Amino acid sequence: MIKKYRFNKEHLVRAILTVFALSSLLFLFLIFIFILFEGLPLFLKIGLNKIILGFKWAPTKDSFGIFPMVVSSFLVTFGALVIGAPLGLSCAIYLSEYSGKKTKMFLKPALELLAGIPSVVYGFLGVIYIVPLVRNYLGGSGFSLLSTSIVLGVMILPTIISISFDAIVSVPKTYREGSFAMGATKWQTIYKVIIPSAKSGILASFILGMGRAIGETMAVIMIAGNALKIPTSILDPLRTLTGNIALELAYATGDHRLSLFSTGVVLLVIIMILNYIANFGIKRKVLK
Amino acid sequence: MRVNPRFIDKIVKLGLNAQAFFTVGILIVIVATICFKGFPYINFEFVFSSPEDMGRRGGIFPSIIGTILLVMLSILLATPLGVGTAIYLTEYTKESRFTKIIRFGVESLAGIPSILYGLFGFIFFVIKLKMGWSLLAGVLTTTIMILPTIIRTSEEAIKSVPRNLRLVSYSLSATKWETVTKVVIPSAAPGILTGVMLSIGRAVGETAAVIFTMGSSLRFPASLMDSGRTMAVHFYILAREGISMEKAYATSLILVLSILLVNIIAYYIMNRVISKYS
Amino acid sequence: MPKITRVFMLLILTIFSCCCCNISHNSSSKKQTVTIAGSTSVMPFTEKLAEHFMIDHPEFIIDVQGGGSTAGIQACMNNTVNIGMSSRQLKEAEMVLNEIVICYDGVIIVAHPQNPIKDLSLKQVRDIFNGKIKNWKDLGWVNRRIDAVSREEGSGTRGSFEELVMGSEDIDDGIMVQDSNGSVKEVIATDPYAIGYISLGLVDSNVKAISVDGIEPNLKNIKNKKYKVIRPFIFLSKERLQEDSKTFVDYVLSNDGQKILIKEGLISIYD
Repeated sequence: MIKKYRFNKEHLVRAILTVFALSSLLFLFLIFIFILFEGLPLFLKIGLNKIILGFKWAPTKDSFGIFPMVVSSFLVTFGALVIGAPLGLSCAIYLSEYSGKKTKMFLKPALELLAGIPSVVYGFLGVIYIVPLVRNYLGGSGFSLLSTSIVLGVMILPTIISISFDAIVSVPKTYREGSFAMGATKWQTIYKVIIPSAKSGILASFILGMGRAIGETMAVIMIAGNALKIPTSILDPLRTLTGNIALELAYATGDHRLSLFSTGVVLLVIIMILNYIANFGIKRKVLK
Repeated sequence: MRVNPRFIDKIVKLGLNAQAFFTVGILIVIVATICFKGFPYINFEFVFSSPEDMGRRGGIFPSIIGTILLVMLSILLATPLGVGTAIYLTEYTKESRFTKIIRFGVESLAGIPSILYGLFGFIFFVIKLKMGWSLLAGVLTTTIMILPTIIRTSEEAIKSVPRNLRLVSYSLSATKWETVTKVVIPSAAPGILTGVMLSIGRAVGETAAVIFTMGSSLRFPASLMDSGRTMAVHFYILAREGISMEKAYATSLILVLSILLVNIIAYYIMNRVISKYS
Repeated sequence: MPKITRVFMLLILTIFSCCCCNISHNSSSKKQTVTIAGSTSVMPFTEKLAEHFMIDHPEFIIDVQGGGSTAGIQACMNNTVNIGMSSRQLKEAEMVLNEIVICYDGVIIVAHPQNPIKDLSLKQVRDIFNGKIKNWKDLGWVNRRIDAVSREEGSGTRGSFEELVMGSEDIDDGIMVQDSNGSVKEVIATDPYAIGYISLGLVDSNVKAISVDGIEPNLKNIKNKKYKVIRPFIFLSKERLQEDSKTFVDYVLSNDGQKILIKEGLISIYD
């Protein structure tokens, strides 16, 4: 009789867990499907080309070209990488190869704190300090590609540092020892042996950093100036895909609203591709 | 002329040192600025009174309550769902194409920009389900936002529990559920808690998804259907409109301190749990 | 160890129950709520009115949000809010809503206080914002690019600006955009080479108002209709106002309410 009781309880538990799992999966795919559902029809109605390659965004006049914003999003992401990748990689190398236990104990929590600071705080500090700096010493209004890249570069540092660090640290000790045994200096070991071995993990960190930068919204609308043209210099203002959604979300209706979902689909696709490449890179390294 | 590699080594070491300290320096500048500019304006009145005159005077108490309510309710909803899903995926199903697709979906969703959650939440909860700008819409949207992170970290934590532990438990004639609750989850607890704490930190600082679903009313969110501000939203509005730089700094200080507190508690709990079970 | 965890759990429970106590204390089922959303121009003034109103009527809760005029109109049409705020005239498709004008406001061209220019012709303003004039030297100042700032498309202030100043011409794509009056004002107050347009009620010593066609943008010139860039602040509702909303709107239209608006620098409906 006791056996029967246990059997029922297990079944109940399994049923409850299945419900939990199914409902959370339902929630998750709800948003996926909703965005696709609302975003795809406009592509079919107006044509992929007119939207993604269209130059004019004037949704109240039925013009849904998001090309300038696609370019701006990529420019800002690339700029963030230019600033964040070298600095981040150097820090990761420093953390793994040069720092002692005490420094590590201090640097790691510092990094986590940096990662935890909300993006609006970054945006605010960017407006107060970076924008006037750019305006006074380089020209333009300060609300520019340059300012946005600087702030985004700092924001993606923790991502790049921690994932690169993991990649570098997982290079087998024997590689290092073999290199030293052959008389190489520390730096020669690093750039000839360690970095090439950790290459795919490091690249993955860059790509994940890109994913983070391209999805950033609040800091960007505070700093980038939100102009609709493709920037011709790094001192020009620009509007990213995310910024556009945030600015127009509250009042868009009809086709205009659908076009925001279409923008969301574009963002989703870009980020899924980036994630896939990054994970592929990390897995490849493991397989090696 | 060949440069001595040992010389290059020294220069590189210097360069890397400099860059590392530059990075830490950035953090110190950020935190110091917020502290020094915000601290003078923090007092009992600031924390416990309501904002007046659009936030030029008064305090931020409603937004503190708003933040606590939003985050706690979202975590209360998302943790059982997320951990339960993770348990289901690892313990109760076999590895198949289906689970691979689900895993990929969860991974992708973890990377979605928060503005898309805001877009979805606004159109679906606020308008289509007629919730209006409300705590409920905010909680539901935030729950969906942190679910992938909780599922992913829980799954990883549960997976890394050694198989032996489970086998030993079964050999002692424990049922699956007993094994899960008494052996697997306690072992995986640090990892699961990390995921939960990470999500709390994210939810506290989240603005884009919250401002479009919970709204930006200056009042107390007294019921689930009321609108209100979180600290992050209040800070954003103060900063953007230049309403009061002092209050903005003070709000950001409290915001960053809360997140710091969450991180510290997370470390503490993790260390305790790890020392208990290892 | 268990003790500390228990203390911690207790702490969390206390915080949570405090919040829940707050909820039941301020429970809105006992209070009458009016939700208002829309124009960022109207919002600070509605908020001020709400603050004063709630002092005399503590059983009321007036919720005010921004979002922009078009957002407010949409929210009103969707029944997301009780009252919508707009700072521009309604378009044809939107006229299904009930309109209640609560006051009048001017759209003022503003620049940084250091900017020596005091007056611009309407055509010059138009040409700045459609991109034809790009440099301050074309207006008699230094050789430096003009940092023009506009509002987003759904803004009532932008709508009024486009209607009354731009006419049939479009605002240039290369012009910066900010999503509220306050943020436009912030940009202009900090950038010496910036120019933009904000609500009359928001103009203070941090920015400099620019005359248009020789007419100074002050209350007198708006009241005698010499300054032409004027727009109404409108409260919108879908059907007839519900009782709670009506009480608040009556207050806004009353002498007390209008006095508050006048004090803030707006023009009463009775002028």
